[in-house]
Amino acid sequence: MSASDPNRSAIIRDSIGIGVATGAYGISFGAIAIAAGLDVWQAQVLSGLMFTGASQFALVGVLGAGGGALVAIATAALLGLRNTFYGLHMAPIIRARGFRRLTAAQLTIDESTGMAVRYENDDESARLAFWATGLSVFILWNLGTLLGALGAGLLGEPETWGLDAAIPAAFLALLWPRLTTGRVRFVAAVAVVIALVCSPFLAPGVPVLLAGAGAVVVGLLINDRSLTARAEGSGSITAEDETP
Amino acid sequence: MIWLAVVGGSLSCYAEKVLGFLVPERILTQPALRKVTVLIPVALLAALMAIQTFSIAGGAIAVDARLVGLVVAGICLTLRAPFLVVIIAAAAAAALTRAFGWLP
Repeated sequence: MSASDPNRSAIIRDSIGIGVATGAYGISFGAIAIAAGLDVWQAQVLSGLMFTGASQFALVGVLGAGGGALVAIATAALLGLRNTFYGLHMAPIIRARGFRRLTAAQLTIDESTGMAVRYENDDESARLAFWATGLSVFILWNLGTLLGALGAGLLGEPETWGLDAAIPAAFLALLWPRLTTGRVRFVAAVAVVIALVCSPFLAPGVPVLLAGAGAVVVGLLINDRSLTARAEGSGSITAEDETP
Repeated sequence: MIWLAVVGGSLSCYAEKVLGFLVPERILTQPALRKVTVLIPVALLAALMAIQTFSIAGGAIAVDARLVGLVVAGICLTLRAPFLVVIIAAAAAAALTRAFGWLP
């Protein structure tokens, strides 16, 4: 045990803190899923089985706007792609086999990876931070989802309570911490324009995928130094990401 | 239809996570690929935000109380409010806008 006891309890305390904060927005996920037309079971399966917040919000957003299943799946999968890179980074640190590896994979999200990478030269603390944060977020995110879904079911018409406005607000809140450079802000603006221009002419959900593709192409083409100040370095995993 | 999306989407996202633990690191560390994975979430989240704010039945674009909610959310985020506060403030702003009949 190279991680000292005070260090261990600090890591566990931090992981519970992140779990509580994430659980609080699990409540909004549960409520938004119901507002988008899912039932409590469907919301709960997403939080347990998909367990990656941005993809979950995207899936219910596309379905709520009348999009088809394939478009919803594609959008969620594209947003979940970053977890593959987190897994790549975490695998040599976690060094798990069999069932433990499959469990570690499911717990590989922004929070658990972000907490683990704070202990760069201390694999033992990194492992503890990863498992403690992953489990704490998993439990509280699922509990929050259940509370939000049951609560929203009691409220009745989503529009009366402004729950339909909570959906774009959630996307803005997920987007906000990522808008760190000129390049990413430009890409976001291009995506907004493409989505709105295409919306009246394409099937629901398709404008989002098209905007995603178009904006990424534009983002890769521009190489203006003023826009790319920090973008080059942002491919590495940072603890700044605070989305599940 | 919803169940298909829920189960299919969940399995896809889990497969992506497992993939990260299985493939050799060098395959996925191309700089261009890394840049794309930073830009994809930004573009998709921005597009989702725009569509959820402005689109109405049939995909037409309209301004309603959701935009008020989004502006309030933006103000809360500049003030560094926590996620749940942002969401509740946006919903409350939209609900009040409708209750007073300012926007549909």
